Amino acid sequence: MSQTSAPLPGRDPDPDSTVLVQDPNLPPVALDPAVVDAEDRKWTPGKIAIWIGIALLGGVSWSMIAFVRGETINAIWFVFAAVCTYFIAYRFYSKYIENKLTKPNDMRATPAEYKADGKDYVATDRRVLYGHHFAAIAGAGPLVGPVLAAQMGYLPGTIWIIIGVILAGAVQDYLVLFFSMRRGGRSLGQMAREELGLIGGTAALIATLAIMIIIVAILALVVVNALGESPWGVFSVSMTIPIALFMGIYLRFLRPGKVSEVSIIGFVLLIAAIAGGGWIAETDWGSALFTLDRTTIAWGIIVYGFIAAVLPVWLLLAPRDYLSTFMKIGTIIMLAVAIVLVRPEINVPAFSEFAGRVDGPVVPGALWPFLFVTIACGALSGFHALISSGTTPKMLHKERQSRFIGYGGMLMESFVAIMALVAALSIDRGIYFAMNSSAAATGGTVEGAVAFVNSLGLAGVNLTPDMLTQLAENVGEESVVSRTGGAPTLAVGLAQIMQGLIGGLGMMGFWYHFAIMFEALFILTAVDAGTRVARFMLQDTIGNFIPQFKDVSWRPGVWICTAIMVAGWGYILILGVTDPLGGINTFFPLFGIANQLLAAIALAVCLAIVAKRGAFKYIWIVALPLAFASVITIWASILKIFSQDVRVGYWANNAAYRNALASGETSFGNAKSVAEMEAVVRNTTVQGTLSIVFVVLTIIVIATAIAATIRAWQRGGGISNEEPATVSATYAPAGLIATPAERELEKQWNQLPDELRLERAHHHGQRS
Amino acid sequence: MNHALERAREGWHGFVWFFKGMMGENAYRDYLDFHRRAHPGVAPMTEREFWRDKTDRQDRNPQGRCC
Repeated sequence: MSQTSAPLPGRDPDPDSTVLVQDPNLPPVALDPAVVDAEDRKWTPGKIAIWIGIALLGGVSWSMIAFVRGETINAIWFVFAAVCTYFIAYRFYSKYIENKLTKPNDMRATPAEYKADGKDYVATDRRVLYGHHFAAIAGAGPLVGPVLAAQMGYLPGTIWIIIGVILAGAVQDYLVLFFSMRRGGRSLGQMAREELGLIGGTAALIATLAIMIIIVAILALVVVNALGESPWGVFSVSMTIPIALFMGIYLRFLRPGKVSEVSIIGFVLLIAAIAGGGWIAETDWGSALFTLDRTTIAWGIIVYGFIAAVLPVWLLLAPRDYLSTFMKIGTIIMLAVAIVLVRPEINVPAFSEFAGRVDGPVVPGALWPFLFVTIACGALSGFHALISSGTTPKMLHKERQSRFIGYGGMLMESFVAIMALVAALSIDRGIYFAMNSSAAATGGTVEGAVAFVNSLGLAGVNLTPDMLTQLAENVGEESVVSRTGGAPTLAVGLAQIMQGLIGGLGMMGFWYHFAIMFEALFILTAVDAGTRVARFMLQDTIGNFIPQFKDVSWRPGVWICTAIMVAGWGYILILGVTDPLGGINTFFPLFGIANQLLAAIALAVCLAIVAKRGAFKYIWIVALPLAFASVITIWASILKIFSQDVRVGYWANNAAYRNALASGETSFGNAKSVAEMEAVVRNTTVQGTLSIVFVVLTIIVIATAIAATIRAWQRGGGISNEEPATVSATYAPAGLIATPAERELEKQWNQLPDELRLERAHHHGQRS
Repeated sequence: MNHALERAREGWHGFVWFFKGMMGENAYRDYLDFHRRAHPGVAPMTEREFWRDKTDRQDRNPQGRCC
């Protein structure tokens, strides 16, 4: 590295810290770095033994998963392998990143301190903030992607979820959170504009908007597929709307601020709705009223999406958020307890027949690169960058906590993905393929599904019709054939595990619909919030030309922009629902590619920032995941655009159907009529165009980031866009569990008179 | 015996504290703490006003939820 010119920040990248002098009347606002260092390096025999134990258990678990080839493998090994790897990565790799790259300084005040307003900027206890952050980043994504990727066998998905998160996903979340915190909580879009200039910033903004539309559309498609022809599901999920309205009114007018109370009431009503759904679906009128085809449900969600996004937040979104958070805590605990207690046996091969082929019926394309876009959330999710540069950086109490919140929060999401994968793997493979192959392949009938799945020639798979009818009866559905989208499969896996624990077969329908309910709840909240954010971005953009649009309380502007955004995702949703080739299998790759491209954009911004800090020696920490994310997504996009294989390439398929139409054929491939053939031509045009738009925008962003990096390298650094350092006047430990030195210091702060403390130490029950 | 009971009570309080924090129920208390320190002598918003203000601000400044 040639680091010749400019006053390079050598040992200390944070020159301001030397001039920060804290209030002498307060206890230290930061631990002495030497003390932190000494604690890190102090290896007591006990500590050594614990880490050797973790490493051994992790090693044994990985060997069980990767090398031992028995008939079956127990799910518990996945849990151990994941958790041990997370611990080691968190303790050693994220610490390395902290020491070498981010170098947080607790002498500096965080935005929550120097911009404190008691509303958005509030220093929050690190454990609570961890929960908050996790609830904001986790949704249906980590539950769906791993299920679809299970078609390739258990090993590829497991490796990518665990290795991907420690080297890419968690690094992205941590760095974006840290850099946003240093910039007063600025958003990813603002940071892109600052670091990459006008062109890069604009490309990032447009890409974010487009990506948001596609993500909302595909999430909505997952819900539609889960609820189609399912009166029980339609009833119980529709009931969430009146329940949320009731909660909203309760909180607004009856008992403001009683959030936990109303959430518990809402939860009880939700459970009643699930139980009631089973009864109503049995009755003639209930079945007649709530059995809806997918197109009707899609229109219902479009109308709902528009109304929900223009209604005031207090009426629908806020209470839905509370319910969703409540369900998230419950679901994670339930998944973990169920898998650890039941320990299901998994008899899926490590690499399935489809790992090396491009014609997988669930999602097409070879393992490389499509595994890495099918599993987005859970390993690396660009969407998180929007959260890590949104509310969370405004609530960080101390700089050093960013590692626990950012890196640690993402590890938890990865763990959710592993549990979802395990749940999907635990069901019979024949059933898995019958549920996840599109209706174009199975004909949507039990006989068709059995014939199709058995014709795949999968080792050890012998599907019989009564396996499917029996399962459908157990979960209280008309049919389980071609219930694509991942959500129903996960629900079956979860129901199978849970019925072993509580209730037996008689409860299986309840557990199935409980799982469908929480996935739908997460997704509908994301649809509502995503539409609002996209509308807001659009209003802001149009506002540059017609200033009135910037006024967010100007109703016509709100309605017009909401309508445009809903039309955007609604159009894609309808295309997906009516797609003759299946829908999810053709559209899901776009979801993954979009999410990973957003990750590439976020990492590109981080790369430019790291370069401007002059930390070239450690820039590989960002460059490595950026290069990987760029290669897989750009490669996947290129295949989707240029591949001559009709099963992979959108345009190749488009050309094949156009040729067939031109030569006067009336059915082709899976399309049974001219209208269907025309639909395929239209859909592949939309998909192919979106692929081109995404990849071009992303290449622009990455190119501008590399240009900014090279410029910084030539100068040995660059101008920092960080907010000026201000001295902190508060203290809190960094990690989940305070170290002895941290406890000592915390004690000093707790003895301080109340007025001198910025943050009340949140002691258990102190003011409850 | 008494000691174990005490521990259980503490654990329960810890859980309630975490739960309320995560659901965001402590927002008003945090606001009061801040207000008392930053603007002593000025009357803070009432609880009802505070929660109205909070959701109204979300209306003007939407935040994404993840997928």
